[in-house]
Amino acid sequence: MLVRYLSQIGRYFLMWKEIFNKPTKWSVMKGLILKEIDDLIIGSLGIVAFITFFVGGVVAIQTALNLTNPLIPKYLIGFATRQSVILEFAPTFVSIVMAGKMGSFITSSIGTMRVTEQIDALEVMGVNSLNYLVFPKLMALLLYPFLIGIGMFLGILGGWMAAVYGGFGTSDEFIGGIQQDFIPFHIVYAFIKTFLFGLLLATIPSFHGYYMKGGALEVGKASTVSFVWTSVTIILLNYILTQLLLSS
Amino acid sequence: MIEVKNLEKSFGDSKVLKGISTVFETGKTNLIIGQSGSGKTVLLKTLLGIHKPDSGTISYDGRFYWEMSEDEKRELRTEIGMVFQGSALFDSMTVAQNVAFPLKMFTKQSKSENQDRVDFVLKRVNLTEAHNKLPSEISGGMQKRVAIARAIVNNPKYLFCDEPNSGLDPNTSILIDNLIKEITEEYNITTVINTHDMNSVMEIGENIVFLKNGLKEWQGSKEEIFKTDNQAVVDFVYSSNLFKKVREAYLKG
Repeated sequence: MLVRYLSQIGRYFLMWKEIFNKPTKWSVMKGLILKEIDDLIIGSLGIVAFITFFVGGVVAIQTALNLTNPLIPKYLIGFATRQSVILEFAPTFVSIVMAGKMGSFITSSIGTMRVTEQIDALEVMGVNSLNYLVFPKLMALLLYPFLIGIGMFLGILGGWMAAVYGGFGTSDEFIGGIQQDFIPFHIVYAFIKTFLFGLLLATIPSFHGYYMKGGALEVGKASTVSFVWTSVTIILLNYILTQLLLSS
Repeated sequence: MIEVKNLEKSFGDSKVLKGISTVFETGKTNLIIGQSGSGKTVLLKTLLGIHKPDSGTISYDGRFYWEMSEDEKRELRTEIGMVFQGSALFDSMTVAQNVAFPLKMFTKQSKSENQDRVDFVLKRVNLTEAHNKLPSEISGGMQKRVAIARAIVNNPKYLFCDEPNSGLDPNTSILIDNLIKEITEEYNITTVINTHDMNSVMEIGENIVFLKNGLKEWQGSKEEIFKTDNQAVVDFVYSSNLFKKVREAYLKG
């Protein structure tokens, strides 16, 4: 079993090499990248906005409800919302959701192409199918930090609305909290994480779709396995990056 | 001409091709026939370079496939057209985009030149009103014709067809068979068809290779298949009463 896992990991890294081999003509690739940006990034804006806005609101409410000691200042609501949203909720929590949304879309679309011999058709024509199919997704997900940036903003906005309109504090207190002890490196840390999660979101689901065998049932199974492995890898990488970048 | 010598291929402990040698001739419809599990599909996929043989050689007009560099292989693949069993059309593209795909990928022609060529080949396969339809919006027979159009759009030297008649009604099957034969003669290409459809064998079989248990059991033309006394071929080809009677009638003259 260990050998099987190691062999899969080796195959995954060999796939990375093949993605950059024999590039597809730029005139064709340009269109593919734009289509993937539309499908993966623009198509995810709605769900990212929805999740981050309400999660930001919930974080603000829960922090407010736990501030039972009158000596603890109200600005802590804004501070806690900012820290939670920027450090974890927007980059990591949203990436896990995206592993389900984007990941299952990528695995099932590539897996279906495998089952219906469309990938064989590309190879027989002399097209590097990995470059043709995965490279545009990788390029599109370079814009993933942009998506998460919007999520961060909306998460904090959701927190502000919940705090102010829920009667848990004033706008000045919340904004003061957002500005309190702000460390710009936390933003850098969040975007480094997001950038690397984007690469995982493009490649792990592609790997599971590209190398799947079988029929329609296996496409479904591959999507599930892809979601599990993408999530596990994101969580492990999150831990490693946090240890490396924040613990000093 | 495609020449195969002593081709062997195994998957794990199972030896699927056990030393096949044959020649697929230019300008002729070469058919690979045999029972399920005889190695037809593996032979076809090995010819196409999808499977790497364990031993033996495949040469495309003197160019040995497994001795070529990756660049040379990709170059050769642009000379190959393939019609897959399930058509393998790209779902997200229209009929015209599917047919234009090899042109967009491998030529430097202008959009209008590509369009002219697409119109020409779609007309050639008698499909003039489906340009903007998606593969899911057309019938199986039409999908096969689009697949043939895509396979020939780049003027290939070699055309491979995997079960081109599977899932088609008898009338459409004959249309597809005749279309492949006409194209083969018209463009003088080497066509290799993997089939278990005996109607195709009788209709267009100019060079038939019969496989049994991974070995070439027999080779000949559709005329010779009537006269053969090879029991394995007779049992396979004339398994239906209709074909038995056709053979008896043919032999009686």
